[in-house]
Amino acid sequence: MARAARYGVSAGHGAAADPASDGGTAASAGRGREEDPAAARRAVEAVWRIESSRIVGALARYTNDFALAEDVASEALAEALVAWPRDGEPRDPTAWLLATGRRRAIDAFRRRSGRDDRYAALARDLGEGDATSGAPPSGGDDADLLWDPDKIDDDRLALIFTACHPVLSKEARVALTLRVVGGLGSEEIARAFLVPTPTVQARITRAKKTLAAARVPFEVPPASDRAERLGSVLNVLYVIFTEGSTASAGEDWMRTDLADEAIRLARVLWRLVPDEPEAAGLLALMELTAARFAARTGPDGTPVLLADQDRRRWDASAVRRGRAALARAVAVGRGLGPYGLQAAIAEQHDVARSVEDTDWERIVVLYEALGRVAPSPVVELNRAVAVSMASGPSAALRLVDDLVAREVLSGTYLLPSVRGELLAQLGRADEARAELALAARLCGNARERGVLEAKAAALR
Amino acid sequence: MGKYMLIMRASDEAQAAFESSGIDFDELLATMGRFNAEMIDAGVLVAAEGLEEPEKGVVVDYSGDEPVATDGPYGETKELFNGYWILDVPSIDDAVAWAKKAPLAGPGMKSEIRRIPSIDEFPQDNEWVRREREWRERTGQL
Repeated sequence: MARAARYGVSAGHGAAADPASDGGTAASAGRGREEDPAAARRAVEAVWRIESSRIVGALARYTNDFALAEDVASEALAEALVAWPRDGEPRDPTAWLLATGRRRAIDAFRRRSGRDDRYAALARDLGEGDATSGAPPSGGDDADLLWDPDKIDDDRLALIFTACHPVLSKEARVALTLRVVGGLGSEEIARAFLVPTPTVQARITRAKKTLAAARVPFEVPPASDRAERLGSVLNVLYVIFTEGSTASAGEDWMRTDLADEAIRLARVLWRLVPDEPEAAGLLALMELTAARFAARTGPDGTPVLLADQDRRRWDASAVRRGRAALARAVAVGRGLGPYGLQAAIAEQHDVARSVEDTDWERIVVLYEALGRVAPSPVVELNRAVAVSMASGPSAALRLVDDLVAREVLSGTYLLPSVRGELLAQLGRADEARAELALAARLCGNARERGVLEAKAAALR
Repeated sequence: MGKYMLIMRASDEAQAAFESSGIDFDELLATMGRFNAEMIDAGVLVAAEGLEEPEKGVVVDYSGDEPVATDGPYGETKELFNGYWILDVPSIDDAVAWAKKAPLAGPGMKSEIRRIPSIDEFPQDNEWVRREREWRERTGQL
């Protein structure tokens, strides 16, 4: 189907003059990189990263069974890892994977048909010779049965919603989303989250069982559940992003890649639900935050505070993309949600030439709005910092003391570190030193602790 | 992640055959549009341009004492450069996988995949690198 639509020389000339160009596999047309088994393996993985969501989505619609679809898609991937390096990459890798997955699904239907009427019905509906021929899948016709271009978006969206279903634990949602939507392998996920590979595999296995036990249908949730379910999806993507972006020390490439993957997934999601302001807001927040990554650490890996960052190193393209997404979130006209508001705050920093140049009063207003839609002591503390920049330390200290009196955020270093900073600005050095020393004791991150200790020592 | 350029190439013969094939322009827009949309939807496309026909171009040859400009690259090259995509993807393997999906087919049609080094990879104490960096920062092209 796709071949006929391709253009280029063959479109105008009918039969190709060069026999090699019409070979069954890329390999027969001249072996290239794929001759090297490691390169062939990487090629399979790359196809998987690009196609996994469509393949698992189409198989899940076909089987109406998410867990089975993930199983057979994984089997198809495993078969590709053996077959492609041996036989060459098929002409249409997606069709090959889909066809193989479908055959494995049919095998499963037949195995299960004895004990489950639903599978018996599915098995009866299948054409004979499908699963029993044993011939390697040719792609083409087989895959066309599954391939409905009008359903790809729905399938992909249903896949995202299912992987992020609230019946699953947060860790399971994250692992499943990266696996089936992002196309990452268990090893990659494990490396990104600094856990052993078997832990990730167990989480995914358990998640599939949970979905099956809860009889979660493979569908885009109905309007009544939509807001709550979307919230879960947004949260999962944000967790992936922050996991990739909060490693302030010893940050290795894989974790930045994780933040990049979260941004990519947020782009995919926003495209699928363009009228949801929070999908645009989340993407904006990620872009506007990631724009500052390069300036966030010094050459020796120490964290660089916002005030001290070299703003020329901020990624202006990312800022532009983030602002565009935020403008679209605003344009929907339903007001900004928590992600959109955090993006709007990040935007204020990103467009300012310096700390002094920052519109702190605007940031105070945005924090107030954020505090209303998503109340939290951390938001209040951040608002206090913004107030100190806009109106001076006295006004901010009253807000912080209020948090202290309510005994929220006790036990974290955040509160004493902000309080110490405000006291220092007010010239109350002894109290400031005590607060900063307390903050240093409570701080779990060695590098940040060093910064706090240095601040305390500098006070006299 | 890194940036990779997918360069559309065609041999002289492939180019001539394509131009004389009477391909339907709407069909061409649709097939190329679908491929581009897929990369946009996947969040990997950074930039893409296609070039006008080579005969409308000019080649400047530096072989002699002075540069010499001639119309079109007739008979001078084995291959013509027709356009490019820039993708931001985790590895060259991803870029290759995308290139294989491009709606290009036929003898002599090729695409070449080259990594685009970041300005960070050049010596930062070099004056010209510093100036380029300043221009990139100013125009948002880091």
